[in-house]
Amino acid sequence: MPGRIKIVLQAAAVLVVALLLALLGWQVFHKDKEPDLGRPAPNFTLPHLNSNEQLNLASLRGKAVVLNFWASWCGPCKDEAPLLESAWNRYKDEGVVVVGVDAQDFDVDAQRFVDRAGITYPIVRDKHGSTLGHYGVTGFPETWFIDPRGRLVGEHVAGPLTEEDLERNIKIALGEPA
Amino acid sequence: MTRALLAAFVVALTVVAPAAASEQNPTLPELERELICPTCHESLAASTSPIADRMRAFIRARIAAGDTKSEIKATLVDQFGESVLAAPPKSGFNLLAWVLPLAGIVLAAGVVGVLAYRWSRNRRPEEAAGPSANGRFHLDPEVERRLDEELARYDV
Repeated sequence: MPGRIKIVLQAAAVLVVALLLALLGWQVFHKDKEPDLGRPAPNFTLPHLNSNEQLNLASLRGKAVVLNFWASWCGPCKDEAPLLESAWNRYKDEGVVVVGVDAQDFDVDAQRFVDRAGITYPIVRDKHGSTLGHYGVTGFPETWFIDPRGRLVGEHVAGPLTEEDLERNIKIALGEPA
Repeated sequence: MTRALLAAFVVALTVVAPAAASEQNPTLPELERELICPTCHESLAASTSPIADRMRAFIRARIAAGDTKSEIKATLVDQFGESVLAAPPKSGFNLLAWVLPLAGIVLAAGVVGVLAYRWSRNRRPEEAAGPSANGRFHLDPEVERRLDEELARYDV
């Protein structure tokens, strides 16, 4: 084999091995991490649970958003749904939107959950769980609060919300003294 | 020739027939092995998460309703995305996951074959030297010189 071809083949082999190692390293060390408070909320466009319409998070700019991640099989999600519904009814005229993101779930189960809980705030379906990584969601329920400028504010509540959590963080999102 | 064809037909039948039966009449255990729990990312067979229980109930219901394996999997992919499949589908970009390992094995076998051939060809001239006139094999001149020196030390 001529020397030049041999060198090219060896270089190609080294390059392939280096690429595979880089890919392995990326897979091992690249994990979705929780976004920082004060940073813009990761945008998404997802279909509503009960219609083909899409909801774009950025379109809610100008309003405070309570972003709640849930699934129908999650026990604590059943407990906090009435709190979220109550907050939605209380604050929707003050520029607050509650958005539920249902993921890792069956459509039919999600719809049954919504019907039973009497939820009237918008629910979107994240069938492939694409938003979970961007928001650092590792379980259900989890809730983020977004101010009218589209920034993550207040606390990231990983677990069931209390009424105090909701009140305090909605006020922070609205820019009112908590 | 006829025997070879018959053997090939029998082998094909033993492979294709169970696959076709599995497609038409899937069982819960085989689907559990081919699916992943979307929350814990374990095999559905091993997962004890609530959504895994719900998926098993769904699969049982669809099997009872007469759905094929592909139909059940397609519904689950629609609900949870392709990550619910234990093995990537053999289509589109995912086909690479099936083709690349095979291509790698074929390439590696080719490289090993070529290297083995070259190695055996390079060794042939030495072997062709054969034994010398006195029936013994030739030594490398350098080795022979060093051996002579060593032996000379023991000469008395």
